Amino acid sequence: MTPTSAVTLRGVTKSYGPRRGVLDLDLEVAEGELLAVLGPNGAGKTTTVEIMEGYRRPDRGTVRVLGLDPVRDRRRCVPQLGIMLQEGGVYPSLSVGEAVRLFAAYFANPVPQGELLEMVGLSDRVRSRYRTLSGGEQQRLSLALALVGRPRLLFLDEPTAGMDPRARLVTWEAVREQRRRGVTVLLTTHSMEEAERLADRVAIIDQGRLVALDTPAALIGAGGGGVVELETVEALTPEGQAKLSALASVERAQEVAPARYLLRTASPPQALVEVAALLRDEGPQVLRLKVGGGSLEEVFLKLTGDTH
Amino acid sequence: MSGPQLAAPWPRSLRAQLRVELLLLLRQPENLLVMLVLPVLLLALFAGARIFPAGAGRPAEFLIPGVITVAIMSTGMVTLGISTAYQRYYRVLKRLGGSPLPRFVLVAAKAGAVLLVEVGQVALLLVIGRLFFGWSGEVLGAIPLMLLGSVCFAGLGLTLAGALRAELTLGGANGLYLLFLVVGGVVLPIDHLPGWLQPVAMALPPALLSSSLRAALGSTAVAGSTLILLAVWTVVLAGAASLLFRWE
Repeated sequence: MTPTSAVTLRGVTKSYGPRRGVLDLDLEVAEGELLAVLGPNGAGKTTTVEIMEGYRRPDRGTVRVLGLDPVRDRRRCVPQLGIMLQEGGVYPSLSVGEAVRLFAAYFANPVPQGELLEMVGLSDRVRSRYRTLSGGEQQRLSLALALVGRPRLLFLDEPTAGMDPRARLVTWEAVREQRRRGVTVLLTTHSMEEAERLADRVAIIDQGRLVALDTPAALIGAGGGGVVELETVEALTPEGQAKLSALASVERAQEVAPARYLLRTASPPQALVEVAALLRDEGPQVLRLKVGGGSLEEVFLKLTGDTH
Repeated sequence: MSGPQLAAPWPRSLRAQLRVELLLLLRQPENLLVMLVLPVLLLALFAGARIFPAGAGRPAEFLIPGVITVAIMSTGMVTLGISTAYQRYYRVLKRLGGSPLPRFVLVAAKAGAVLLVEVGQVALLLVIGRLFFGWSGEVLGAIPLMLLGSVCFAGLGLTLAGALRAELTLGGANGLYLLFLVVGGVVLPIDHLPGWLQPVAMALPPALLSSSLRAALGSTAVAGSTLILLAVWTVVLAGAASLLFRWE
C-alpha cells in the first residue's frame, strides 16, 4: 500500500444472491490516476463503485478511501468525493441553475456556477428544468453536480451511457480536465473506446472478479490475435447470428455494437473464409471483415468469455 | 488542488434546502390543488349544504376545524408522502446521501417547508371563514394541536413513502385521503355515518384531530381520551416513518 493511494480495496466481498456482487476484490487506485472499470452488465461494476462511495458496506474485506473508511468516517470522507450516479439524482422540477445552486450550498468552497456549467457545456440551459433536458444533458448536469465541491476523488458510473457523440466529447474533455488538475477519477463504462481514450489503467471485472488490471496499451499488447472483427451493412437476424456462432472455426460470436461483431477463433484465416461464405449466401452485405479488433474490445472479449 | 474539501456550515445548507423544498411543494399544480384549492372549495361548498341541523350553530364552526384537518392531511400525508416517494424513485435521496448534506438538515428542511405551507393554509382558511362565513374562534390554543396533527400526518405520509413503491404511495395516499374526507368528521359529521362505522372512524387520526380542533377553536376543553389517542397515533406513525425511511 503506497502512501499516495486514493482508494484501496483488500479482499472485498459483497454478495446479493448467487450471481451478483463482487468476490475477493483487491484493487488500488493511485492518487491522480484515472482508472476505468470495464465489464459486461451485471459484472459488479456498480457494486464496486458503490462500496467505494460508502453506499454499501462489504460483507468482508477492507475499504480505504482517501485514507478513511467511507461508511464509518462518512462525514469527513464525503465532502471530498464527487459522485455521479448512473442515472437520476436530481429533483426533476428544478432548473439547471437551481440544482447547481442547491448543491453548491452543501460545500464550503464550491465552483462558481458559470465556470461549472461552461465546463460541462450547459451554459445555455441554466433556466431549463431537469425533466426537459435530453438524456445527455441530464447526465452532464449530474456530472456538474459531482464537480461542484471540487472533489479530490471523482466517481463516474457510466457517465456517457446514452449520450450523443457531441455530448460524449464534451464529457470526455471535462473528465480529462479534472485529471489534469490532479483529481483521481474512477469511472465505469461499457465503452472500450472510452476506456482507451481516457484511462491510465483499466480494470476488467467479470462475474464479480477482477480478471485484468493494466494500462490499455499493455492489455492490448497481451491480447494477441485470435479475434476476427466483422461489420455488416445491417444487423444480423438472431438466426443469422446463431449460424455465425455455429461456424466450425468460430468459438464464440458477440455483437459488440449494432451490426458489429467480434468472433473468437483458434484460426483467424479459416474464420475469415467461413464468415465470408456464410454472408455471401445469407446476407447481409459485409462492410468490414478483418483479423484482430486491434483494441481493448479483443482483450475484453477474451477475458470475459464465459458469461454467456 | 487547494486545501481540504469541507462541507458548508449547516445553516447555509439548511437555508438552501428549505428554499428548494418549499419551491418543490408549491411548484407542482397538483400540489396547489390539493393543498389550497380543495380545502377552500370544501369550505365554500359545505357551508351552504343542508346537512347540519338547524340551531346547531353556524356551519363554519363545524367546517373550519374540518378543513384545517383536510389542509394538514393534504400537505403532510399526500404531498410530502408522494413527493418523498418520488424523490427516492428518481434517486434524489440516494444522491443526497452521497453529498455532505447532513441528514438532520434534510429532515429539518422538509419539516420546515411543510410547516410554512400549513401556516399559509390555516391563515387563508381562517381569513375566508371570518370574512365570508361569519366564523370566529380561539386560534392560539389550537396551535399545539395543529402541530401534533402535522407530525401525525407527515408521519403517515412518510410511512407510506418508506413502505411502498412510488406508484403505490401515490395511490395509497390519495386513497386514504378520499377515505378520510368521508370518515374524518371533516365536512360530514361522524353521526351521519352508519352506526357500526362511527366508533372506527372516531379512533382514526382525522376524526381525532378534527374533533379536538373543534373543541379547542370553540374554547371548550379537548377530551383527554381523544388527545391521548391522537398522541399515540403520532408516536407510532412518526416512529414507523423513521424506521422505514430508505435513501434508495
